[in-house]
Amino acid sequence: MNQPAQEWPLWEVFVRARAGLDHKHCGSLHASDAKMAIQMARDVYTRRQEGCSVWVVRADHITASDPQNKETYFDPAEDKVYRHPSFYRLPDAVDHM
Amino acid sequence: MYTQAMDTAPKDATPAVRSADEAALQTRFDARIDAGEFIEAKDWMPAHYRKTLIRQISQHAHSEIVGMLPEGNWITRAPTLKRKAILLAKVQDEGGHGLYLYAAAETLGVSRDELLEALHSGQAKYSSIFNYPTLTWADVGTIGWLVDGAAIMNQVPICRCSYAPYARAMIRICREESFHQRQGFDALLTMMQQGTDAQRAMVQDAVNRWWWPCLMMFGPPDDQSPNSAQGMRWGIKRISNDELRQKFVDATVEQARVLGVSLPDPALQWNAARGHWDFGAIDWSEFWQVVGGEGPCNRERLSARVNAWQAGAWVREAAMAHAQKHTIQQEAA
Repeated sequence: MNQPAQEWPLWEVFVRARAGLDHKHCGSLHASDAKMAIQMARDVYTRRQEGCSVWVVRADHITASDPQNKETYFDPAEDKVYRHPSFYRLPDAVDHM
Repeated sequence: MYTQAMDTAPKDATPAVRSADEAALQTRFDARIDAGEFIEAKDWMPAHYRKTLIRQISQHAHSEIVGMLPEGNWITRAPTLKRKAILLAKVQDEGGHGLYLYAAAETLGVSRDELLEALHSGQAKYSSIFNYPTLTWADVGTIGWLVDGAAIMNQVPICRCSYAPYARAMIRICREESFHQRQGFDALLTMMQQGTDAQRAMVQDAVNRWWWPCLMMFGPPDDQSPNSAQGMRWGIKRISNDELRQKFVDATVEQARVLGVSLPDPALQWNAARGHWDFGAIDWSEFWQVVGGEGPCNRERLSARVNAWQAGAWVREAAMAHAQKHTIQQEAA
């Protein structure tokens, strides 16, 4: 049986550098299934003890915001400076609040 | 070495007529580049920028993968267990670097299979340096010292490439690459300082053979590199071929002295006025010959890649079949 060539699916790899930190996206790879993706993520992204835990997610399972809408989506937060503590000027006696 | 991509590319015809929308997007893109912003995979980019990047990143990836072959040749014959472990780790790194780069190229909308097909058909290039043979153990050390040294010189500026996925891959690669250069120098130093006369002669011979091809890795002289200006404009290329080559020569002369080898160039001389080392003329006909497929090992390298890909086809298919079987079983359960 001669099947057409089929590429292994793409996985996004997230690595926790050490206990107490978030998993952080570090790259992607092709693997036939989740188990292989984990093994390959170990070999490709943690050859020098860069991590203590790995997540893999099928790339086609990720939904992302649209970069075309970047301004309308994220800029409304720009003028809401009162969300930051530095907006509030308190008397010196209590300014370390 | 990866700047070779710009100089070995076929000439593109740029479409003259564009829509108003596209012109506006282009203006915005140029402004972002000028402001030193990074471009991410899903952002709008000119078709020519995308195409140039695919060509450069994939050529870079191919170079990493093909670069495993000359050194892999010595894994079973490394002189000690320590050197063997080091060489294994280095060759594994090169494979990893290829993977980071293929993944970066794929973010531009090209598939891994298409990239590999371009390599295997001979349509895509890889760095000319890997078409030279590794005749002795000293060649392995010399590759680390000189070839990886030249590669680092070339790659560090790409860490600031305007295309962010490429820049991120390069940061990771550069972090890992300096071990490659150091282990090479260390292997050569051991032979020069503790070895026999024959071993020292072997090191000198390797340096003599690799020196000029390493200088060619930086690509043709600036006045013969017509695509460089566009690469600079786009923030894909940061430093010119000749400038990088000079930096490499300046850094290497002192290292050669410490090592106790000579560099095979009678014209090599300190120029106090320039504050740089002058060096002799490069034989560019050899470079174009190797790029054109007529180097000492072009056919051997390509056939090794094609054979590995074809012989591994059943593994790729079996792994997919296994994954599909388990998906069906899970859905049935």
